[in-house]
Amino acid sequence: MIRSYLPPRFQVQRDEGRCIRCRVCENQCSFQAQHYDEEDDRLVAQEANCVGCHRCEALCPTGALRISPGASAYREHANWTDREIRNLNRQAETGGVLLSGMGSDRPYPIYWDHLLLDASQVTNPAIDPLREPMELRTYLGRRPDALELAPDGRLATALEPQLTLELPVMFSAISYGAINLNVCRALAQAAVTLDTYCNTGEGGLHQSLYGYGPHTIVQVASGRFGVHLDYLEAAAAIEIKIGQGAKPGIGGHLPGEKVNEAISHTRMIPVGSDALSPAPQHDIYSIEDLRLLIYALKEATTYAKPVGVKIAAVHNCAAIASGIARAGADFIAIDGFRGGTGAAPTMIRDNVGIPIEFALAAVDSRLREEGIRNQVSLVVGGGIRCSADVVKAIALGADACYIATAALIAIGCTLCQQCPTGKCAWGIATNDPLLARRVNPELAAERLVNLLGGWALEIREMLGGMGINAIESLRGNRLRLRAIGLGDRELDILGVLPAGQ
Amino acid sequence: MRQTRIISSPRRLEQGQVHLAAAHLHYRQLNALVREAVARGAKHLRLSGVNGQRYLADGLRGDIHLEIEGVPGNDLAAFMDGPCVQVRGNAQDGIGNTMNAGRVVVHGDAGDVVGYGMRGGAIYIRGHAGYRVGIHMKEYGLSRPAIVVGGRTGAFLGEYMAGGLILVLGLGAGERPLVGDFCGTGLHGGLIVIRGQLDRDHLSPHVQAAEAGPGDRDLIGPYLEEFCAHFQLPVGPLAADRYWVLRPASARPYAGKYAL
Repeated sequence: MIRSYLPPRFQVQRDEGRCIRCRVCENQCSFQAQHYDEEDDRLVAQEANCVGCHRCEALCPTGALRISPGASAYREHANWTDREIRNLNRQAETGGVLLSGMGSDRPYPIYWDHLLLDASQVTNPAIDPLREPMELRTYLGRRPDALELAPDGRLATALEPQLTLELPVMFSAISYGAINLNVCRALAQAAVTLDTYCNTGEGGLHQSLYGYGPHTIVQVASGRFGVHLDYLEAAAAIEIKIGQGAKPGIGGHLPGEKVNEAISHTRMIPVGSDALSPAPQHDIYSIEDLRLLIYALKEATTYAKPVGVKIAAVHNCAAIASGIARAGADFIAIDGFRGGTGAAPTMIRDNVGIPIEFALAAVDSRLREEGIRNQVSLVVGGGIRCSADVVKAIALGADACYIATAALIAIGCTLCQQCPTGKCAWGIATNDPLLARRVNPELAAERLVNLLGGWALEIREMLGGMGINAIESLRGNRLRLRAIGLGDRELDILGVLPAGQ
Repeated sequence: MRQTRIISSPRRLEQGQVHLAAAHLHYRQLNALVREAVARGAKHLRLSGVNGQRYLADGLRGDIHLEIEGVPGNDLAAFMDGPCVQVRGNAQDGIGNTMNAGRVVVHGDAGDVVGYGMRGGAIYIRGHAGYRVGIHMKEYGLSRPAIVVGGRTGAFLGEYMAGGLILVLGLGAGERPLVGDFCGTGLHGGLIVIRGQLDRDHLSPHVQAAEAGPGDRDLIGPYLEEFCAHFQLPVGPLAADRYWVLRPASARPYAGKYAL
């Protein structure tokens, strides 16, 4: 085979005056990009192996390292970019499907950044969140069409099971296998402290995490990994995974490199084999079939907990969501095309699906038009980066948001996109026991609690600024949003007025 | 339907035995009655007049015997963990969906999607089964699920199978093939065993077919015996017949697919 000679994507600059030959960089790099040459007593970079994760730079005790984009570049070409040339060469060498980790890095428009929030001035006074109680509590689940009161004033209507969140943000599905147990534990612990929920993803729940069940949403996906009665009973809610924003329409392949003994046990598949999640669930080929599974799960758990359905944001998601609501789901999770993944074909990740902002607006509008919005809660994820995105999503119609990439970044992820290799130098997307030790669950949980604690303060301030003292009052309140730089059709779909109007 | 009203109260025949008249009961009512009876200590339940009620024995645990007269609806024994279910009739789709332990014995034919994602226990079907049987069955350690189909099956048998055993006996199949197209696509663990002639045209390239050796025959022996015991058939002729074994050609059928 003809080898391609691509210049390294990153350059490793080492200040030889500062380097003390401690070999931390060599030990920390799981991609073999740092090597100690005993003869010359110096460290040498294998730049071709560098993935730009900055682990060595961060841990170098003397600050001797700097990782930067490669100095050598091809002659500029707007069509045949460095990215395209590299991809072409990689496929010419392997004949395979290009694979990526994390959400799409393509420069598609981010509509959150075209939406601005309202604030009160004079006529409707702002509320001081430092003084006044600000309600962030959120309930997820099916609401009755009407409430009946008994003569003594008590509620006579039987309510469907609800999830109670103390802030409208949950940790989205990341499977045990895609990430290791330390990271799963950190997310679960943080969910408990924050009084919210952590989604298991489709890899089952490790035995040692069952204690976190009351703050866990368990996923049932096409591979049915780790799904059994104890798992369903341990959970606060169940989520049927139909699709994922990073790879709508296709299943998942957890690479065999990541399937060790513990993963094999939880997923009940052979060690070293790829964990294959088929594209569809083969017992669901229609909305009627979906209803079958929703109610099979409800029957199995005696109607005691909400059962939701997660779909990727796709062109027709409004009609699909209507079907899902009518199929009996208690919540619908919609995952935008910027959502993360442990492994997705690059072409799918970067070219399939629609932005969550449009999907959310379309679904919320459709469910309202059909008079069934109360029957189902909406949870959105796939590109939620900060508390302002959360507030905008709720104003657009979401009940709560899912975050996963943001949570991993809080734990140390630098978005180097090497998750499928299982070599994550930050110890997150790897099951190598030596690498996994780099994440301390307690410290990571503390960072997650800090992150969302900060978001909660910010959300209260934004609400107070709008003169709102409960997140419930903002839900679907699109009048508190204004758009900049969008055309009429986009404004129509988002149901938002342009700034100045 | 929100409230479950008990229309037919369980009739206690003798200690631990309960008879439920299922006709005209919604599945939610019927299943609630079954759970209630089990909670009160019933060990042997007979459901008569079953007419398409879904989710029977769904999520049921324990050493329970459930006798079903009539045709149970979809997702019979889904997520079931231990009980033994006898169906005196045909069954519909989704039997043993993600089932964990126990037995389902169908004295007639079964519909599509039998044992999807099954994790343990066994399903015995006297007659034929439909499409998508045994998709993504799994196994770990001593948890090894099995599906035995007395007749033939449809397409997509054992797709993405990661463990367990599927045994197709072809009784009453006549000239028709025992398995449909795409048999064993993506199979990466477990075994599919087929009695008699093997039509290789239906097999996925992800399986390797070989005639059953002594080890394979030892493995299927107990399942043949249990099958024959359930349906009062002589085991001798079946045990003496030829069998083909389909094994995974690779533990990673899609290993070369990616540009890694």
